[in-house]
Parts: sequence; C-alpha cells; structure tokens
Amino acid sequence: MALSEVTGRVHSVESFGTVDGPGVRFVVFFEGCPMRCLYCHNPDTWAASAGTEYTAGELLRRMLRNRTFYSSGGITATGGEPMQQMDFLLALFTLAKEEGIHTCLDTSGVFFRRDSAMLEKIDRLLAVTDLVMLDIKHMDDEVHKKLTGHTNRNILDFATYLHEKKVPTRIRHVIVPGYTDTEDEWQALGRFLQGFENLERVETLPYHSLGKAKYENLGIPYPMGDAPQLTEKDAAHARSVIKEAMLQPVH
Amino acid sequence: MREEWNGFKGKLWQEEINVRDFIQNNYTPYDGDDSFLAGPTQNTLDLWAKVSELKKEEIAAGGVLDMDTKVISTITSHAPGYIDQDKEQVVGLQTDKPLKRSLQPYGGIRMAMKACSDNGYAVDPEVIEYFTEHRKTHNAGVFDVYTPEIRACRSNHIITGLPDAYGRGRIIGDYRRVALYGVDRLIADKQEQKASLPVTMSADTIRDAEEIAEQIRALEMLKKMAASYGYDISAPAKTFKEAVQATYFAYLAAVKEQNGAAMSLGRTSTFLDIYATRDLAAGIVTESEVQEIVDHFIMKLRMVCFARTPEYNALFAGDPTWVTESIGGVGVDGRHMVTKSSFRFLNTLNNIGAAPEPNLTILWSVKLPENFKKFCAKISIEHHAVQYENDDLMRPIHGDDYGIACCVSSMKIGKEMQFFGARANLAKCLLYAINGGVDEMSGKQVGPKFQPITSEYLDYNEVMAKYKDMMKWLAGVYVNALNIIHYMHDKYSYERLQMALHDKEVRRWFATGIAGFSVVADSLSAIKYAKVKVLRNEQGIATDFEIEGDFPKYGNDDDRVDDIAKEILKLFIGYLRQQHTYRGGIATTSILTITSNVTYGKNTGSTPDGRKCGEAFAPGANPMHGRDANGAVASLASVAKIPFMDSQDGISNTFTIVPAALGKNEEEREQNLIALLDGYAAKGGFHLNVNVFDRELLLDAQAHPEKYPQLTIRVSGYAVNFIKLTKAQQDEVISRTFHGAI
Repeated sequence: MALSEVTGRVHSVESFGTVDGPGVRFVVFFEGCPMRCLYCHNPDTWAASAGTEYTAGELLRRMLRNRTFYSSGGITATGGEPMQQMDFLLALFTLAKEEGIHTCLDTSGVFFRRDSAMLEKIDRLLAVTDLVMLDIKHMDDEVHKKLTGHTNRNILDFATYLHEKKVPTRIRHVIVPGYTDTEDEWQALGRFLQGFENLERVETLPYHSLGKAKYENLGIPYPMGDAPQLTEKDAAHARSVIKEAMLQPVH
Repeated sequence: MREEWNGFKGKLWQEEINVRDFIQNNYTPYDGDDSFLAGPTQNTLDLWAKVSELKKEEIAAGGVLDMDTKVISTITSHAPGYIDQDKEQVVGLQTDKPLKRSLQPYGGIRMAMKACSDNGYAVDPEVIEYFTEHRKTHNAGVFDVYTPEIRACRSNHIITGLPDAYGRGRIIGDYRRVALYGVDRLIADKQEQKASLPVTMSADTIRDAEEIAEQIRALEMLKKMAASYGYDISAPAKTFKEAVQATYFAYLAAVKEQNGAAMSLGRTSTFLDIYATRDLAAGIVTESEVQEIVDHFIMKLRMVCFARTPEYNALFAGDPTWVTESIGGVGVDGRHMVTKSSFRFLNTLNNIGAAPEPNLTILWSVKLPENFKKFCAKISIEHHAVQYENDDLMRPIHGDDYGIACCVSSMKIGKEMQFFGARANLAKCLLYAINGGVDEMSGKQVGPKFQPITSEYLDYNEVMAKYKDMMKWLAGVYVNALNIIHYMHDKYSYERLQMALHDKEVRRWFATGIAGFSVVADSLSAIKYAKVKVLRNEQGIATDFEIEGDFPKYGNDDDRVDDIAKEILKLFIGYLRQQHTYRGGIATTSILTITSNVTYGKNTGSTPDGRKCGEAFAPGANPMHGRDANGAVASLASVAKIPFMDSQDGISNTFTIVPAALGKNEEEREQNLIALLDGYAAKGGFHLNVNVFDRELLLDAQAHPEKYPQLTIRVSGYAVNFIKLTKAQQDEVISRTFHGAI
C-alpha cells in the first residue's frame, strides 16, 4: 500500500499549535492510549476506535495547503499515544519529511521495547522524526504504576535509547500535586538525565483541571478529585531543581 | 527652492501638489529595533493625567462632559481651547474646552437635537428653527426622496446603518499637504483648478465650480483658525513640530465641520519622519522631544469626540471616531516604508497607555523588516490596540500612498474618496427568499412578493434560485438608497475642507457592505449537506429550522462550505455592479459589521444554520462563534479564501487568543504571532485584529470596570474601550472564539 493510503484514527487537529514543539505547528491528536494517567486531560483520546479515520496523505494535505503558516514550525503527533498507530504515524512522518516538514513526536514511550521487530520500526520512525518530546511521568516505578497503570522501565529505557541514538529530545514532566511535587522526585529525574547530550530542554508543566469537564461528559469519575491546580511558577521551580540535579557531579 | 524645504530632495513635488513624490524622495527606511525610543516626558505624563481625569469625569457624567447647544461648529467658530497651554507641544481642540462636543446640524437637525436631549442638553430654539424652517439639512433632503420601499427596508433592518441622519465620513483629506506646501499654495492650486473648468456651464461644471469655491473658502478659514492659536500656516512648515502642528490643524478643521462616522487621519508617520530626521540631524531637537511631540499629537487625536445619541453608541460600541492612521507598508520600488516615526507612533501606547483611538493600523507585508514585525507583535500582545491589513493585497490597487478610512477601506490619499454606507443583511435576505419577501420579524411584505418556499425540507437548488432573485432586488434598493444619500450629502453637508485637500479629479469608490456572511454560508451548507426542516408559524412564515445531520461549517478550511461563501459574495457584488451609481462611483463591498453584528442578530429571525432568532452574528467575516473547531490556522485559511477583488472595501477578521496558547514565553509568543501574520498575509488574508488575553481578564473588567479604565480590545475594524461597551456587547465579546486548546 502506498504510504499516503495508510489509514489511522484521529481525535482532532489543532491547526495553530504553539506549545507542542518549536514554532507554529499542525498538531494531530491520535486516538488510543494504553496508559490511564490519573491527571490525563484528554480522556476522550483513550479509546482506539473513536475519532475520525484519515489517510496519512489526506491529513498531510490539510496541513500543506496552509504551509505558509508553518515556516517556523511543522507537524506534531500527539494524542492519545501516537505510537499505538505505528504504521500510520510512520507513514505520516515519512510523507512529511519528503515535503521537508519538521516532525515532532510527543509520546509517553510506553510502547518501547528492545525487541528486534519493535526496534526496526522505531529506528525507521526516528529516522523521520526531528524532535521527540518524551513525557516521563514519574521516576519511581511503583508510583508510576499507581499514577499511570504501567511500569516506567521501558519508558526510561526509551529515554536512554534516544540518548544513544542522539535523537534531539525534550523531556516533559507534569507537576502533579501529591505525586510529582517533591524535590526528591525532581532530583531523581535530574540525576537520571545527567549526561544526556541529546536534550534540547526539560519542560515542566503545571497540573491543571481543565480536563475535568471531559470526564463528566464521558461519565467517568474524575480521578484527581479536587486537587489544586498548579501555576507556571510552581513548574518553573521544579524545572530549576531538575536542572540543578542534572548538573551535579555523578556519584 | 523655498527655504523651508532646505535639504529635501526631488523636483516633481515642488512643481505640483504631490506628497507621495516628496515622501519617496526623502524618507529614510529604518531596519533597527525599538531601543532608540524615548519614554514619556513629565509634561506628557501631566497632560495625560489631566485628560484621563476628564475622561473619567465624562464617564461619570453619563458619557458627555459638555455640549455646545447654540454655536454651530465651523472651522473658525470657536476661540482656542487648551488642556494646559504651557505644557502642550501640539495645540488645538474641536471647541473652546477639552471634550466639549460641538453642535453640527448640517447632517441632520433631528439627530443633533436628540444627541443633546438624550444627554440632558437642549439645542437653542433659534438654531432649531433655522435648520427646520430656513436651511435644509442632509437628513431632510434624503427623506424627501426616499421611496416607501427604501423606508420599509430601513425599518425592517434588511438594510441598516444608512448614514442618512449625520455625516457620512470615510473621506480622508490629505492633511499633510498643509504642512508641506502651506495653505497659500494650496489655495493658488485650487484657483487654477477652478479656472481650468470647462467653459460650458453644465450642471456638472456648475457643481464643480461651486465645490471648489467652497474648498477655497474652507482653506482661508483654516488659516484663520491656526492664526487664532498663534500659528501662521500660510507657508510650508519649517520644523518637525510645525509639520505635526500644521497636519493636525488641517485634520482638526475637518472634525470641526464634519461629524462623519469615520474621520480618519491617513498615513502621516513616514511623511512626518522626514521632518524629524532633518531636525535631529541638524541637532535642533532630541529624540525625547520628537517623541513628546508625537505623544501630544496622538493625545489630541484621542480627544476627538462628537455629539452622539445613546443608540449610536450602542450600535458602534462606545464612542468611536475611527481616527485611523496607517503605518508601515512597502513602496512600489520595493523599499519598505517603516521609519523611526512608525515606531514612535506605536510607542505612544507604551508612553500613555492603550487607547482605542487613533485606530493604529499596520499595513503588513511579509517584506516588512523583522525588527518592526517584532515590535508590532510585542505591542499587540501587550496592548491589543492595533490592527493589521495586508499591504501586499492593496499596493497593486492603490500604490504606496494610500490609507485606511474607518476600519478597512483603502484609498489613495488625496486622490480617492468613498461614498460609504450601511450594510445589507444577507442573512435576512435569505429568509426573505424563503418567505417570499415577508419579513420574519414584523410579518410585513418588505421585499417583492415572490413565491415563498412551501416544502417541509429545504432544497438547495430551489433556495439558491430564490435567493439570487432576492439578492438582486436588495442590491437595487440598497444602491438607490446610497445614491440618494450621497447626492444629498454633497448638496447639504459637503466636506469642503477635506475635499480641498484632494486633487481636482477624484476617483470615487461606492462602498457597500454585507452583514451575516458566515450565517449565510453555514445556512446554505446546512441546506446542501444536512437536512433542514422548516418550522412555520400560523401566518406561514418560516420562524425556525431543524437540522438533521452534520454539515461543513465555515471556518474549518473546508472547501465545501468556503466555496459557498465565495459564491454568495461573487453573486452579490455582481448585482451591485449592475446598478447605476451616483457620480460614477465604482461599486465595492466589505464584509465588516463593526460591533453591529449584535444588533443585526437581534433583528434577524432564526436561520437555517441553527442560529436562533435574535442571536448575534459573527463579526465581519469571522466564522460563527465556536464553529471553527480546527484551530486558528484553519479558521484564518477559510477567511483568506474570500477574494479581495470581490470585497475590495475590506474583509474584517478578529482573532482572539489566550496568551498561553500563543507560546510559552514572550519571545515565542512574538515569533508565533509574526508567523501567523506572515502566513495569513501570504495566503491573501486581508485584515486581522489581534487580541491576546484571557477570558478571565474580560470577566474581571466586566465586574470591576474601575480597575480597567484603559483596557482596549479589538472588536472589528477598530478598537474599543472595553468598559464602554454595553453589557450585551461585553457578553458577546466574551462568548467569541478564544483560540487556546488545552
């Protein structure tokens, strides 16, 4: 099948994305995610069967017709978890690269495995990915499981793999009250990232409750309850602690 | 060469009245950044504090501080007025006191009386008698000739905003001519023009001769008015300060005699920059002094006011005067026209805070220098008080010395003018097509008694066929009404001073307008792609619609509906162009509703797109609130598809985004805004208002207006003081699409 004919399911697109990668971006929200992060603000992208079906070619055409807006940016795949629709993602990014479009993958890394079939696909994907934004939810595996329903081992391994492969990467870390709001946790992340030369930046995002209404619409109880929203100032503080830990000498 | 012109280059402009040639020969493009700019002087701060205090008193007094009730405003009717004479670098007020509103009955005595009485004043009985019994006004002339059909269209709101009761506005005098040439030279030129008229006294020639005589009279009065302030403007300006003062006096003379809906300034910053550059080079002024003069000039423009009725203010949101000043752009020779004074004009927003007036308009081009783009973005993000219009679209039509009148109407300064008026409510027209010309609100037969649609579900082809007939009818009535209005305005309220600052041969644009554009596009899309069931009242009038299924909506870069939008526009401008227009005006149209989209909506029944009776339209060419679901680029891409040549009088789009959705930090926000403006311009988008703020800010300002005396937001082709909006208008602004996905 021609790459442009590969189909996938898309929750929505944001044609003026400015916070998911550099510059002005065409942001594609993929459907489907195996993680169930307690603070997820897009629960409407969990189900793999929802959304609208697109071919990769069709989706890219929607972006290219307004290419004049994206000269400083490009395309971002997010979701949901884009890597759940690996073939579609691969097709989309391959076609985008053929057009000279900057590609950015926003992922949790939950699908990463060092088995040969997966690595073969991942290597092909990374070859057409200009920037990876890897979301590390928590450094402690037990808390990570509680927070997301999944282990963090393969996710941290993906971070290491991106470092090995010298893939430009931004690490994202959401500051969640009761989970990732301690200096210990931030320092652990900072220590883990020591020596990662592929890192463009570490972004910390304050927890917000704007997803709450979506839970109500979907009839799911809101897992974060009345946890307070955090501010950009809280996030900036966390960022400085992480950065400091990254620079500490390795013991 | 005259000594006032020492150091200036070029010849043609010396031989003939040709400000453009002067600019092109003498301006200095500036590629640098904003670091040279000076802050406000103590005098500036003192004066602005005083003006702010007066404006506060004005609001406290119910919107008007003082009014003339006896003195009929002319160029020379008032003794000089000041804010604080010792501190003012630029002098001149419309009346003898700051913010005192002048009496201008020539447009219509009834409106002048109502503006007074609604504000607790009464026009002197002698004045009333004079303008009722002895001297006819524009308004009286128009109503002598209006047909019953025009009256019905007017009272049923299918044509609204006809300038038939006050000044029409939208004429920009080339106020710079007074600075460059001095009034005497301009009078001599006008005398030559008069002498060169045809020898046979046809009606046209007689009118031309009388008009030029009036122009000369106005120029003489202009000199006298300046003299009363201690300035001799018979000769060219010698310094930057004199050039600003002379330009302002000329503008001031215009607003003393005309209370036009839009009294725009033109394109003065790069012209004046030539004087600033000369004075700075000669060491006779400092940067701080230059900025002070600019600040004081802008302050004066912020004080322009007219006597208006509360209905007028409700329609246009606050008290707008559309003192539009066009800044930037690129010359036909490829050099950009940004100068240090382009920065200085925008810097007034930093120095004396945001304000809706003057309506600072950036003539945007992808070729503008990066540093200027960055400064514009910064100013927009901070003050949301400027608008952007696509110079790359307008330059091929108007060259490089045009300006914007009102919101989006482009015209060559001193060479083109426009006959503006009103908007045709195309959404209501669609309902007339369905209802056989019967108004869905009043139940009256307003349009021609065509066969109504009687089927349960609307059929696209049937609706379109009937809609075309109804639009054709509407175009005819509309142009007829405007023909009457402009004939009478020329006759009874001629803009003698503004026209004195025009060439003899003037090109006239005949500028119509459209309201309900996105409502019509979505309605027809619903009829075509979904099923629309008609609900009728006992009279058989379609009063509501039920939509079964989904349909493409304008604002999502979906050609299926965007093509419908384009087709409607092409049809309507086609019908307009088939009409006879007064004085050979060239028919154009605009998709611009100002804030009247709220009022139009109020007067229009439910429409087939699902909009309920009375709900506001989207402003201008904007997609309907909340229907643009794919983000700003897709929304702008839809609007950018509308061909400028079909809507040459402007296509207005208001873009509101929350700061967090524009980028993570100041630098990114600026870069992303530039990318957006460049992208839109490159796609052929015409106009963009940029608002960068959170909805919460507006809610807070609504609840605590006293905390936000200067909060300025862009609404349509202009900016408003948010706290001066009515509650309904504030709510509508708050309900608009805020781009900002989570």
